[in-house]
Amino acid sequence: MTWVNAVVQGILLGGLFALFACGLSLLFGTMRVINLAHGDLAVVAAFLAVEIVPTTHLPAILSFLIVLPIFLGLGYVGQRTLIQTALDRGAFTVLLVTFGLSVVIENVLLELYSANSHSIDIGSLVSKSIHVNAQISIAYLSLGIFVVAVIVLLGLQYFLSRSTMGRQIRAVADDQDAAQLVGIDYRHVFGVAAAIAFATVALAGLAFGMYSSFAPSSGQGPLIYAFEAVVIGGLGSLWGTLVGGIILGVAQAVGGQIDPSLQILAGNLVFLAVIALRPEGIFKGRVAA
Amino acid sequence: MSVAPERTIEEAASAHVRVTRSRRPVRWSIAVVVVAIVALAALPYVVYTGTTDTLVNFFILLTMASMWNLLAGYAGLVSVGQQAFIGLGAYIVLLLGLHSVNPFAAVPLAAVGCGILALPISLLVMRLRGGYFAIATWVVADTCEQLVARSQTLGGGTGAGVAGFQGVDPTLLSANTYWVALAVTVVALASVYLVLRSRLGLVLTAVRDNEIGARSLGTRVTRAKRIVYLVAGAGCGAAGALLAVSQRFVQPGSVFSVQWSAEMIFVTVIGGIGTIEGPIVGAAVFFILQQTLSQYGAWYLIILGVVAIAVAIWTPRGLWGLVSRRVHVRLFPVGYWLWPRSGRNDARTTAPERSGDPASGEVPG
Amino acid sequence: MTGPFRDDPHRGAGPDAASPVLEVRDLTVFHGQLRALSGVSLQVDAGRVHAIIGANGAGKSTLLRTIAGLHRPAEGAILLDGEDVTRRSPHSRVDAGIALVPEGRRLFPSLTVEENILVGQRRVAERPWTPERVYELFPWMRERRDQRTAQLSGGEQQAVAIGRALAANPRALLLDELSLGLAPVVVRQIYGLMPELLSSGMAVLLVEQDVSQAVRTASTVQCLLEGRTTLEGRPEEFTPEQIEAAYFGLASSRATE
Repeated sequence: MTWVNAVVQGILLGGLFALFACGLSLLFGTMRVINLAHGDLAVVAAFLAVEIVPTTHLPAILSFLIVLPIFLGLGYVGQRTLIQTALDRGAFTVLLVTFGLSVVIENVLLELYSANSHSIDIGSLVSKSIHVNAQISIAYLSLGIFVVAVIVLLGLQYFLSRSTMGRQIRAVADDQDAAQLVGIDYRHVFGVAAAIAFATVALAGLAFGMYSSFAPSSGQGPLIYAFEAVVIGGLGSLWGTLVGGIILGVAQAVGGQIDPSLQILAGNLVFLAVIALRPEGIFKGRVAA
Repeated sequence: MSVAPERTIEEAASAHVRVTRSRRPVRWSIAVVVVAIVALAALPYVVYTGTTDTLVNFFILLTMASMWNLLAGYAGLVSVGQQAFIGLGAYIVLLLGLHSVNPFAAVPLAAVGCGILALPISLLVMRLRGGYFAIATWVVADTCEQLVARSQTLGGGTGAGVAGFQGVDPTLLSANTYWVALAVTVVALASVYLVLRSRLGLVLTAVRDNEIGARSLGTRVTRAKRIVYLVAGAGCGAAGALLAVSQRFVQPGSVFSVQWSAEMIFVTVIGGIGTIEGPIVGAAVFFILQQTLSQYGAWYLIILGVVAIAVAIWTPRGLWGLVSRRVHVRLFPVGYWLWPRSGRNDARTTAPERSGDPASGEVPG
Repeated sequence: MTGPFRDDPHRGAGPDAASPVLEVRDLTVFHGQLRALSGVSLQVDAGRVHAIIGANGAGKSTLLRTIAGLHRPAEGAILLDGEDVTRRSPHSRVDAGIALVPEGRRLFPSLTVEENILVGQRRVAERPWTPERVYELFPWMRERRDQRTAQLSGGEQQAVAIGRALAANPRALLLDELSLGLAPVVVRQIYGLMPELLSSGMAVLLVEQDVSQAVRTASTVQCLLEGRTTLEGRPEEFTPEQIEAAYFGLASSRATE
């Protein structure tokens, strides 16, 4: 049945959403920052790949080798300069600043690239799929993105629970003052968390750019989907983000199956339903909204 | 509720101190405002329609910014989804026009309609706080756009023209549009002023200054925020209705665009959040920038964005904040002044500055 | 008022009293417009316990938190082993050798017992405090090391908090209201560990609501009232009435001067 195929596609799409969402989740969990420029950063990563790849003659699929380090640095520096300054003023200022950043980034991209669509060209890989049966086919790219998402989440989980820095991040997220008292430089820890979050955003942006075409204002959709995934799955829970992403993906896929124009609406309605019925999401994390 | 003890304390206190709402007698402020309104109303007789048309856009923006300022600056609700009500207001005018209602008459109806629609929406979005509340408002706006665009009667995705303007003299039409816009703006600003002067305003200021302390007021706080959300919804609905009337064409992608939120927010932040005068100053600055930079495409938004970020971080009280700190002028007095009853008419204490501006510290929710 | 430490020759294993480990000079701290501390000074030598007593709001916690770096003093200086640390950030003071066990424990709820201790580890080269050494001090912790701290009792949490601070191998250990919310027998157990803490040469500055406990444990005691020192010296120099007067501000009595 094509419905089964729709659900399968939705699950795979959920991987992309989860990839978008985990950076958001990490930033919020660690420093209570809601980054409204999140989606636009992903688009910047995609544009970066489009710019860099031809000059370095790197196969597009490996573009992350260049883009990822750039975003790691961007995240650390951006956090310790702009975001920290805004954080010192208060949560309100952070929202304003990230919103302002979002508008600025989108319009700068618009000036540089105009409103045309671009795409990261991965050649023939984009159309290769596994044909499970007559109705169900799974694109290599979709599967690959889902696998990357799971690996990233697993990696993040391992990093947070086993490494020294991961422990420090959890401590700072629990109690910033007490963390200082045990010798943790919380500003540095924030910087590391932001660097990691930016790196995941970059990965998500690259995946997005390979998966579909993008334009300067394409960041708005992913921002909303990332938030929806986090809220549905449960704030503060990393695996909840994956579950939330999958639920959102399936909702969109099924909606799109009924009628292509219903795709985004279906996702929005599921999100609104979750807010109405269970605002804390499916999995309880440590952190409340 | 026992009244007697409170009155004794009040009487005792007021024996030593006189409490007024403003430094100079209020009648001066009222006089200035009345003169300004009369002057503005006379403009269509004096200037070309081009100028009044531009002013209509200014009024629309000012109305929106005042509403966002009320929401975020006083109730602490950072909404990135007010375009939902702008769009709904515009479409109510369109819808009523299809039923032969005069578009100008439809404007107040659209405001009321949006105020009513804001109630169920508030029940939904106010279950989240902070940035999640913000995104929820955006999703609601997006959903409204998607739903409305499915209706072919309303023009679907391409939009439709507003009925009821055929055969009207263009100059008269322009003047009428201008006067309706002026009226909406005056009512909007007056509403904000009245809300803030009322008990509601006190509750809101308390919430803004200290969320935890204000929680002891319990449901009062949620109720106050909800009322503000409804008022802001109605105000943005009126602005959207004005859009429909002035542009005579309504298209989902345009009236529901998040661009409106961007403009509202930048105008309010730059002008001065948490003051009534702030959005006026901000809208003026915005307009000047837009007029001078419009030929450079997206640049005016980039510059505005950068300025807004800089203001949010370094001068959180905005341009008006810089001015009012030096001059102690309030066009719209909503605080209190204390005058010792020593027979002299000048204040020994400085004005009770509203501490805890949201832009300078934590904002509740 | 004698106790196990009063005449114990091993109580203080400090080198020479001329160089205090922790010194505070004329500290003045404001909370907004409120003057929380006015010209407070103190000295703690290696291997000694100095207790701060006083009523609520006297400024005791503010004093410890300022020494730890969470508040900036308007005036005054804080010296650790002679080095001025007044301008240093909280986390760099821990690297220098100041560790605070905050009021209310403030353990990290997402971290297990062992993780709490590990996250506090600093100055590993200085020794001797490692998680293993902490488990020797609190043997019960060894089996419970992988538990979330929320499942522990108040006294056990206090032990973990102390272990976490010890893991930083501090020169000066600051203890804020250890006995708060704990049963007296547990409090005595914890204070019973003091000799072992002091044996590594650290200086202990503690804030204590329970005056008799403070007086039993400390070699020197200091009373604060409304941010000022009202009494200072060795506990045996004062009568209970003098301490009471200093505590409540009935008369200002100083052992020195």
